[in-house]
Amino acid sequence: MTPRPVISVRDLTKHYVMGDQTVPVLHGVTLDVMQGEFVALTGPSGSGKSTFMHLLGCLDQPTGGQLLLDGTDVSRVDGRALARLRNTEIGFVFQAFNLLARTSAVENVELPLLYAPKVGAKERRERAIHALQAVGLGERLWHHPSQLSGGQQQRVAIARALVNTPRILLADEPTGNLDTRTSIEVLGIFQRLNARDGLTIVLVTHEPDIAEYATRVVSFRDGVVRSDHAVAARRDATKELQAA
Amino acid sequence: MSIMVTCTIAAKALARNAMRTALTALGLIIGVAAVIVMVAIGTGARTSIENQIRSAGSNIVMVSAGSGGFGPVRQGQGAVTTLVPEDATAILAQVPGIRYLSPGLNTRAQVVTTAANWNTQIQGAGASLVDIRAWPLQFGAFFTDADVARAAKVAVLGSVARDQLFGAGAEATGATIRIKNQPFTVVGVLTSKGQAAMGQDQDDTIIVPYTTVQKRLLGVQHLTAMTISAADGVDLARLSDQVAGVLRAEHRLQAGAADDFLVRTLEEMASVLTTTTDTMTYLLAGIAAVSLLVGGIGIMNIMLVSVTERTREIGLRLSVGARDRDVLMQFMVEALVLSVAGGAIGVALGFGLAMGVSALLNWSASVTPQAIALSFGVAAAVGVFFGFYPARKAARLNPIEALRYE
Repeated sequence: MTPRPVISVRDLTKHYVMGDQTVPVLHGVTLDVMQGEFVALTGPSGSGKSTFMHLLGCLDQPTGGQLLLDGTDVSRVDGRALARLRNTEIGFVFQAFNLLARTSAVENVELPLLYAPKVGAKERRERAIHALQAVGLGERLWHHPSQLSGGQQQRVAIARALVNTPRILLADEPTGNLDTRTSIEVLGIFQRLNARDGLTIVLVTHEPDIAEYATRVVSFRDGVVRSDHAVAARRDATKELQAA
Repeated sequence: MSIMVTCTIAAKALARNAMRTALTALGLIIGVAAVIVMVAIGTGARTSIENQIRSAGSNIVMVSAGSGGFGPVRQGQGAVTTLVPEDATAILAQVPGIRYLSPGLNTRAQVVTTAANWNTQIQGAGASLVDIRAWPLQFGAFFTDADVARAAKVAVLGSVARDQLFGAGAEATGATIRIKNQPFTVVGVLTSKGQAAMGQDQDDTIIVPYTTVQKRLLGVQHLTAMTISAADGVDLARLSDQVAGVLRAEHRLQAGAADDFLVRTLEEMASVLTTTTDTMTYLLAGIAAVSLLVGGIGIMNIMLVSVTERTREIGLRLSVGARDRDVLMQFMVEALVLSVAGGAIGVALGFGLAMGVSALLNWSASVTPQAIALSFGVAAAVGVFFGFYPARKAARLNPIEALRYE
């Protein structure tokens, strides 16, 4: 099967209006991400990589240009369709985990399914448990976030991102709040999902060594793509953990 | 998202801040309970007034001297001297369906015994007054037609007047009291009847023959009133018209001239009183409704706090696929659950309080289904109305900014 672009970006621009000033953030980004790629977006703060990520995640709409997600033109759909895209096409992992406090891991993972049409309570529970088992948290189903370590919380968040079987996993600095070893564990989960299930992953990071776990690095500077290249010496999280 | 799921989420969110939820609901609970209690007290008062008037006799027609209308020269009740005993004779002779008629002439006087003195109402009446009012005697007997005919100096005491003059519960019959320095023999004591519908104490009175008041106390020829009791099955309105016709003829009033008397049935007087009570009820319910409004503002306040507190949660929900609608619904349902639960508890509390008040005041408190439906409906409406603004604020949040919110 020949790879086809899951994400297709053409001359994408984004301006923010602040008071009477227009602040341009993206100056025309063109990029294709193929099915099954693991892309790291890097760049200093203010480079536009986070804004680009929000556009990919359908959390915001572009000012100009074209953004196709699996063939759907994001700039041409209404709020309802955007919500649907966020629900079914995209899984989001955040730096701050963003789990609901005083809510069990299972219920946190069920959240996207609450907004998915035609998923009953029983199926919801089963899929949430399955997703948690897939990230190695089968023993911690009913723990609340406050009873879990940072790495475990981020794994709950990954399970939540995956529970509705999205085509694209977007991760915004997912290791920013984690120590080195836990970071490698989380990256190991990403690499496994990418290699085994062929999941397309886009990861934002400002740390060059984290980017080396991806297959491709796109670096941003001043709102444009500065460089775009495959990772020459790719790091393997599983091997590193075994070696340690 | 299904309604069931939305309700579950709302219930969980409310349970998470149990104390805050309880206090917010309390505002509404008090409002709803207040409305129900106020309306129940109003309706109870109305029923109690109606019952009292029934007990006074629903077949009674009152005639009083003086015009009830507004003329260029208007004289108050009692200032007119055209109502005379001959009118009573004419009415009895010409109007069918009258069972009893008691002419009346009242005054006030200082009443003296050897031991005490008391200022009270002196009611001049016919011997049939005791039958018209269906008023049993505690001691002795009412004066007779013979006493009326010879303007005898006999007196029947109301229980309060008796208590003041002879001490509580004294028999008093046969004793002598002095009214305007003339000795009267006490022939009877009435049982206690309590306050009348209009507030005066019916027991603080002394009843003597009206002829005695005319000749011995006031030295006048006229009457101030007549109390007529109709036979069973007689149309009171028709009887009133006939009485008025006889009086106009007796008083030789030209066509178009105003009446110099007023004929009223007790039912008419009752309707005036119940109108007053209704106005009071509306007023009380209105004040109670204000507290319902304040309770609603409390809900809005808490919902706004809740939206602010949960900004990140809203951002997260939006990022995993919640639509504006879903977020709006979530917060609307939360406000609704709060107000409906508060309303339900308020109805129960109001019901209990109304029952307590009625037991305490010996009133027939009436918690009407309308009052319950109205206050409960208003509580729910308050929830929708005051929940909408915070919910819309939540639904309009920008997901990126909401996720970044600290």
